[in-house]
Amino acid sequence: MNLSMKWLADFVNVSDVNIQEYCDKLTLTGSKVEGYEVLGGEIENVVVARIKKIVPHPDSDHLLICTMDIGTGEDTQIVTGAQNVFEGAIVPAAIPVAKLPGGVTIKAGKLRGVPSNGMLCSMGELGLTAHECPGKEENGILILDECFADKIGTDIREALMLDDTAVEFEITSNRPDCLSVIGLARETAVSFDRALNIPTPAVKGACDGDDISNYLSVGIEAPDLCYRYAAKVVKNVRIQPSPMWLRMRLHAAGVRPINNIVDITNYVMLEYGQPMHAFDYTALDGSAIRVRRAADGEQFKSLDDTDHTLDSTMLVIADEKKACALAGVMGGANSEIRDETKTVVFESACFNGASVRVTAKKNGMRTESSARFEKGLDPENCYAGLMRACELVELLDAGDVVDGMIDVYPTKPTATVLPFEPARYNAFLGTDISEERMVEILEALGCCVANGEITVPSFRADLACMNDIAEEIMRIYGYDKIVSTKICAETTEGGRTPKQSFGVEVENALYGMGIDEIQTFSFISPKYYDKIRMPEDSARRRSVVISNPLGEDTSVMRTTALPSMLEVLARNANFNNENVRLFEMGSIYLPDADATKLPYEGKMLTLGMYGDADFYTVKGVIENLLGLAAITGARFEAVSDNSAYHPGRCARVLTADGTALGVFGQIHPLTAANYGVSLPLFAAELDFDAIFAARKAEKAYKPLPKFPAITRDFSFACDESLEVGRIMAVMQKAGGKLCEEVKLFDIYRGPQVGENKKSVSLRMTLRAEDHTMTMEDAEKVTRKVLVLLERELGLTLRA
Amino acid sequence: MKDMLEKIKAQALSELASENADTEAIRIRYLGKKGELTAVLRGMGALSAEERPVVGQLANEVRAAIEAALSAKVAEQKEKELNDRLAREKLDVTMPGAPARMGHQHPLTRAQREMEEIFIGMGFEIAEGPEVEYDYYNFQALNIPENHPARDTQDTFYITDNILLRSQTSPVQVRVMEQKKPPIRVISPGRVYRSDALDATHSPLFHQMEGLVVDKGITMSDLKGTLETFARKMFGERTQIRFRPHHFPFTEPSAEVDVSCFVCGGKGCRVCKGEGWIEILGAGMVHPFVLSNCGIDPTVYSGFAFGMGLERVTMTRYGIDDIRLFYENDERFLKQF
Repeated sequence: MNLSMKWLADFVNVSDVNIQEYCDKLTLTGSKVEGYEVLGGEIENVVVARIKKIVPHPDSDHLLICTMDIGTGEDTQIVTGAQNVFEGAIVPAAIPVAKLPGGVTIKAGKLRGVPSNGMLCSMGELGLTAHECPGKEENGILILDECFADKIGTDIREALMLDDTAVEFEITSNRPDCLSVIGLARETAVSFDRALNIPTPAVKGACDGDDISNYLSVGIEAPDLCYRYAAKVVKNVRIQPSPMWLRMRLHAAGVRPINNIVDITNYVMLEYGQPMHAFDYTALDGSAIRVRRAADGEQFKSLDDTDHTLDSTMLVIADEKKACALAGVMGGANSEIRDETKTVVFESACFNGASVRVTAKKNGMRTESSARFEKGLDPENCYAGLMRACELVELLDAGDVVDGMIDVYPTKPTATVLPFEPARYNAFLGTDISEERMVEILEALGCCVANGEITVPSFRADLACMNDIAEEIMRIYGYDKIVSTKICAETTEGGRTPKQSFGVEVENALYGMGIDEIQTFSFISPKYYDKIRMPEDSARRRSVVISNPLGEDTSVMRTTALPSMLEVLARNANFNNENVRLFEMGSIYLPDADATKLPYEGKMLTLGMYGDADFYTVKGVIENLLGLAAITGARFEAVSDNSAYHPGRCARVLTADGTALGVFGQIHPLTAANYGVSLPLFAAELDFDAIFAARKAEKAYKPLPKFPAITRDFSFACDESLEVGRIMAVMQKAGGKLCEEVKLFDIYRGPQVGENKKSVSLRMTLRAEDHTMTMEDAEKVTRKVLVLLERELGLTLRA
Repeated sequence: MKDMLEKIKAQALSELASENADTEAIRIRYLGKKGELTAVLRGMGALSAEERPVVGQLANEVRAAIEAALSAKVAEQKEKELNDRLAREKLDVTMPGAPARMGHQHPLTRAQREMEEIFIGMGFEIAEGPEVEYDYYNFQALNIPENHPARDTQDTFYITDNILLRSQTSPVQVRVMEQKKPPIRVISPGRVYRSDALDATHSPLFHQMEGLVVDKGITMSDLKGTLETFARKMFGERTQIRFRPHHFPFTEPSAEVDVSCFVCGGKGCRVCKGEGWIEILGAGMVHPFVLSNCGIDPTVYSGFAFGMGLERVTMTRYGIDDIRLFYENDERFLKQF
């Protein structure tokens, strides 16, 4: 809402308040100011001037040399290229050094050798359009009417009433009453403790014996959508431009002037916050106006020449045959005010906010009118708005107001009455505001406080409970006067849940392992599933789908965090970042079979690496995390059928009881190629929820060993395909309780062992709890190890 | 014999005085079993009973003197040896350190954890809730009925008519109030979604941190006090906060909250766009409709709620001018935090 300060002055006097102070104060009392604009503020040294004489330029066939009266008593010479000037014309003249909108500076100079002390201006050069200057030539110099004859030498801002300031307010949705000059005047008055003066509109009427009943009847057929419908008729309409003061006020408010009748409807909407509609009476079929639901499929062409197909949720203003307006949204092209319009119906109605909102949305037209109605307007305001419109008709001599009025008002709402509870407000706010001050504030806001009760004015439907009243008092008393106190109540424990704490612990461990954290979007493109080569029939291709996405790239909620990780790895590779190691702790969203239920949101820990990392780097990180979670007995199994990964370099992690904890490995070169990467990429997808579930919360303490250990080294040559893990498992089994650790310390491939063979060297640590291991003990175990290895895996010691 | 002892002493001490004296050889030569002093002492048997103690004492003195000189010399040589070694071991300290990998916390997580710690210290728990949420929790229970101007499909991503991507973390508050009885003190950090095209200052996905306190006798000044404590811990001890009236459907009274600019301290600078204040929070007293909707009697209990955007706080704090950097995850960006 843009407020003209000149317009505001009609209702409250704050002429002594500096504009910045005004804006700050209104913001602090709850009407947020976004900024203000001094209209014509960029214009300097432009005056009303008269062209006394014109002679052609000696060296140009299109330049003219004008002798100007600029009100100083001394003539000056200005050269112009415009052809619409004539001797005696009154024009705006920029006198050096002058400034125009857009940072243009006008200095004295010469045009083809002839001195020019300034410039004659067009409306465009003054920042105006044909709407503010009706009937004037847009491309030539702005020729002012003869009524400016006594203003020669006057600053153009004053002469054209550009000397106004427009303050831009951001009005919250609960205060439709403040989408009006009067509403803001009330806020201004209470903020600065000034008198508020709202004159009652006075309409003389034609007094010719004619009556509205000769023209019109109105029936509300949908009282749930239309609470009140009031109308007046104006005859002998004289369509012409509005006077300059009115045009300039609309200009300040950011509304385009059209003609006197249309301007009046906009003026009243801005001043009273009551949207008005004016339509051509002669366009009506019959004299009965029906406020009814549209028929399904009913066709309607709006004022802006757009066709709409209506349905029965929408409300229309119709005559006997057709819809003439989409209630509260826009009028119809069929009853538009035209230059030849002679009889006009002014409508001032109140419609159901939600219905207007839905109708406007469905038809893709959010108008100044619908934006007000959708917030819920005061039906009481209809009458004042209608009277004000008629008063303006008479003031502007735009037509004759037919006596009588139509006012269909099925159910007058009852006023809201709330208890006046000063002590409760203070207790709730933590303040100590006097009862007198509270009453003063509430009454200045239009409430009536009497007998321990507050009667809320009809225009403040937002005041409905104790909190609302407390807020009104507080915002006017001053939010800055709220003191800060510490909560004085029952103590609470606070803190993280075990799962949250574990999450933080895991993250910290990952930072410690040199892995950077990333965050990626939860929504992805369904094409991402193709990029990671997810099988066509995979259940993970079924995602939670956004019905109104911004674009395909963000249209489904991800069921895997892998593609986002790969995308980030690829991006970093493109930036030539070396040796990148990343993790993301993020959610995946798995839809429920029942679409009315919420999806399962799982937490995934995703790792991604390239550069100085390989499969075992990732595995090492996972082993550390298993250690952190005190998960013992976890197994790693080769996976060859996960199409995102290298078939020979992929594994799944399982708990001892077979619960899957995740999958990891080298990314399949074809997957990597889908991201434009030729480097080996490594990733892990770990199910954080499963890891947390398998976690042992308390780590068990084992006394430190009292007796020394003995180590035994074993080297075997074996087939390349034999997994070291299997050898280690057999050794572990053979060693039983005495085997403290089996460790791989070397692996060798080469001519000595032969093709497709490898030499594996393992060190076994043996320790007894209750005595020092003897050579005999160790020998026994060693033998058992060798026997078992030979029996189960066919292995013999390397010679 | 006395002379011999004196001579041995003088000779031994003189040998030890030389810088590179071979201490072990000297020890053997003088004090060893076949050493000179031992030889002298062996000859003591020939002395008279009067002389024996005198010479014996002298001999002991000489031995002690040589021993003392010997150990002093050994110590001196050891020290020198050490010093020489240390001198040889001198390093070029300007050479770069061996790379020790350290991971970096994402700046948004960093801000979130920092905030969490502050509120945990004030007795808050951390509550979580679904990001794909029912319309009821995201809107209706928060006093935003259907067709309320505050909910435009323009702003909210819908899955079905009743399921959406939460546009705020407030639904978590409703879920908490449904499950818990006062006293309630929770914060709910998390992802939220709004249908804003991605550009330097907008993202369709961002993070919020909301807080909720419900108990008997909670006042608006408690709200201000709590936020002031938070702001001081987050932005520095001298930070001040300012409340401006605002409207949120789920709080009444409501406020927008500014903190004094932590760069200029309120004088006005580039970060605060010359205003001295930076808007970072929305807050207010929980609307009685919301309380009673969750089964909490608003005539007995009152409460406050607040919320802020993590991206905004983080961007202002570090002077980050493009929100997309958070989600691009360029390592050169991540490593700065």
